[in-house]
Amino acid sequence: MILNQFLILAALLFCMGIYGLLVRRNAVMVLLSVELMLAAVNINLVALEAFWQTAEALGQILAVFIITIAAAEVGIGLAIILLIFRNRRSANVDELNLMRW
Amino acid sequence: MGFEDWVAEPLNWVFLAVALATTVSGFRVVTSPNVVHAALFLVAALAGTAAIFLLLAAEFLAWVLVLVYIGAVIVLFLFGIMITRAPTGRDEAEVDHQRRLPAVLVSAALFALLLWGLLSQWGDTTLDRITAGTPTSVLAEGLLGRFVFPFEVVGFVLLAALVGGITIARRDLSPAEEKERESP
Repeated sequence: MILNQFLILAALLFCMGIYGLLVRRNAVMVLLSVELMLAAVNINLVALEAFWQTAEALGQILAVFIITIAAAEVGIGLAIILLIFRNRRSANVDELNLMRW
Repeated sequence: MGFEDWVAEPLNWVFLAVALATTVSGFRVVTSPNVVHAALFLVAALAGTAAIFLLLAAEFLAWVLVLVYIGAVIVLFLFGIMITRAPTGRDEAEVDHQRRLPAVLVSAALFALLLWGLLSQWGDTTLDRITAGTPTSVLAEGLLGRFVFPFEVVGFVLLAALVGGITIARRDLSPAEEKERESP
């Protein structure tokens, strides 16, 4: 196995996440794209950890932190989307123009 | 490492199959017009990611991914989809913006840039030092030794996110409802 096959797969997933982030209207689907991007970042970290083989498995520890933060982000993000839906009857990000001057 | 050597290694075929499945389901996550389908394709993409972790000898992380993501986060997503009545029909205009070309250009340009950077930096560097796998005790010693402070902080962040999520999402009672609740 070469290192680049993992890194290129991660880059591909990340770019698909960027596409979804830009093109989706529904806020839940935007969050799904963000999850895809975070998974790509985790692949990167684990692949480079497998390459360098640090004594403390630093890359994997960082990936554990990213997974935790991602879980917190989903919880808060969905709560905010829920509140916005309750107030505006819509969860489309292009209809949320309250803070536009 | 030449192409013949690469093809001759059986693990690379496993990688190819897993990478293909992951890419296809990742693509469906961002293009499916149905939110529930998108969430379920995310399950497939994350399962592929977990398989990649197994290939990279990160067993603990692979099962953390399966438990935390596929087990918990996706369920949270499905609840969010049900509660916000996200579009589940086939009406594409509902789900995506009309102008997709800029998004395609941005992501393709970013991928080209990343590809160029990765190929010029790593070339065909082999990944041959993967041995039996990472013992979980190494991760445990790291998390509860050198990284114990960030570990506690991230636990606190999770707690704060939990409390914040409940506070944000709970419905405030109207004054009439509150009075009714106090005097049944």
